[in-house]
Amino acid sequence: MSRMEETPLDHAGVQSSRLQNFSYRLSHLSGDDMFEVLSNVFACTAVVIIALTGIVLVRGSIPVLGKFGLGFLTGSGWSTTFGQESYGMLPYVLGTLVTSGIAISIGIPVSLGIAIFLAEMAPTSVRVPLSQLVELLAAVPSVIYGFWGLLVLSPWIAKYVETPLTSSLGSIPIFHGSPHGLDFLMGGLILAIMIIPTVSSISKEVMIAVPTSQREAAYSIGATRWEVVRMGVLSYSRSGIFGAAILGLGRAVGETMAVTMVIGGALGSEAVPTSLFIPGQTLASLIAGQFKEAESLQLSALVGAGLVLFGLALLINVFAQFMVWKVLKVKAGAVE
Amino acid sequence: MVAVVPLASILLEVIRNGISTISFQFITALPGVPGQTVGGIGPAIQGTLLLIALTSVMGIPPGVLTGIYLTEFGNNKFGRTIRFLNDVLTEFPSIVVGILVAALLVVATHQYSPIAGAIALSVITLPIVARTTEESIKTVPNSIRDAAMALGIRRWKTTISVVLSTARSGVITGVLLSIARISGETAPLLLTILGSNFFFSSWNQPIDALPLRIFNDASQADPFTRQQAWGAAMILIIIVLTLNIGVRLATRGRYGSNRSRI
Repeated sequence: MSRMEETPLDHAGVQSSRLQNFSYRLSHLSGDDMFEVLSNVFACTAVVIIALTGIVLVRGSIPVLGKFGLGFLTGSGWSTTFGQESYGMLPYVLGTLVTSGIAISIGIPVSLGIAIFLAEMAPTSVRVPLSQLVELLAAVPSVIYGFWGLLVLSPWIAKYVETPLTSSLGSIPIFHGSPHGLDFLMGGLILAIMIIPTVSSISKEVMIAVPTSQREAAYSIGATRWEVVRMGVLSYSRSGIFGAAILGLGRAVGETMAVTMVIGGALGSEAVPTSLFIPGQTLASLIAGQFKEAESLQLSALVGAGLVLFGLALLINVFAQFMVWKVLKVKAGAVE
Repeated sequence: MVAVVPLASILLEVIRNGISTISFQFITALPGVPGQTVGGIGPAIQGTLLLIALTSVMGIPPGVLTGIYLTEFGNNKFGRTIRFLNDVLTEFPSIVVGILVAALLVVATHQYSPIAGAIALSVITLPIVARTTEESIKTVPNSIRDAAMALGIRRWKTTISVVLSTARSGVITGVLLSIARISGETAPLLLTILGSNFFFSSWNQPIDALPLRIFNDASQADPFTRQQAWGAAMILIIIVLTLNIGVRLATRGRYGSNRSRI
């Protein structure tokens, strides 16, 4: 155990003989040592949980991986009939990518707009309450987003966005389908709404962390307000904003309930995202929707889906955390 | 301003549709059978309270200890690794946590249980509590530690009774926010407590919870069941927003933006 943490108190023992010192430590410092050991043990919980998740998911998906091999990742079958089982994750991986893609392409620009407004333009009297409102939005449970999406947003989108698009641009494959509001587009939209609070508040922090000298420098060479934001602030904080975007992507990939409720829940080859307006499925919604009834090989397939999701999320998150960390190291604790 | 539209719309719709449902009977009675028009969400409220209590017992002490470790002993490579993994765990998809617990506890025995649900929720609270504990202990000035040491108080006692109690309000903030988070958490519960139409009966039977009730009722076509979902959504949103706004008001300006990612 490291002795780096020795307290001034420890030095009292140095004056006595070595034996006395030893017994002094044994009788008096054991409380401290035990405390250090205890908090060490609990600090390891995060490591243990992540490792355990990996082990459990790999072990659980061995049956299905053994049976289908790589076909599990590239296939698109979904058949639970005994004897002709077939499970392929391709539609759900694609579904996850499509919905997250929509979320990112809508959510990031909006979040950046909010962040720029909050960090650069709004006076404090607007910034503080508005920031807090945005953060409250992050606290609303995902099941409520899903419920609201299902009953309020989805009919609206179907009527005012999807129907006009299908009737005017229906010949383009991605707008093909009979819109009823429970489809890939809706899944992506609800994700976009859900990642906005996270991405905008981190981007705001990163922008606030930009030194004022950057802005002053831009102003001094005659830049307009927008040019100051673009040259002085955005380019300075781009890696942090990029990290925030990736973190938003991680949220979008792993988000379960809201998506499950609005994506329509297609299975097998029907769930391949050929159009934005057909019912689909993501890895997370597949697990949430099917786990209850799953047995044997189907269960293993779902654990396999979990493994793919775990890998995806871990990759995205480690990357994003690393990016945000690198930027905020200068201003420790600015984000968390 | 764009950001406020969804929040306003969610609040408005939930209140508009939910308010007529709320009554004493609604929050205490068993759910009605589809087609009937009497019923409530008693089991769901009971289940959520039970889960919060169990999770507080199981998830908070390890979280606080992890936070203590990170500030008091974690100023080395191992500590930085832990902090990093802790951040990664915060952003973990909750459904994966659900699979983990379900695979370990539920699938083997075919028994959905409150304990499994609480363990899953504890995994979710741990990194949140650890993070906020760390942040608030960081704000405790070293002079307070030195003063305690100078009085000859042991280090562990100093940490527990001096440092921790100085940082108390920050730690409580973290605990309350993590409770707000888990009261709305649905995905892991779907795989661990399943949902039920009845009150808690034993430790190895499924129970209900508010978010699960909303999820299950929302997919029903029956107007009365859907009405119940609105009511449940309203109660859940009241719990979550009260905790969040309360915490914000109580600690206004002190921890600034620390909570932005929770």
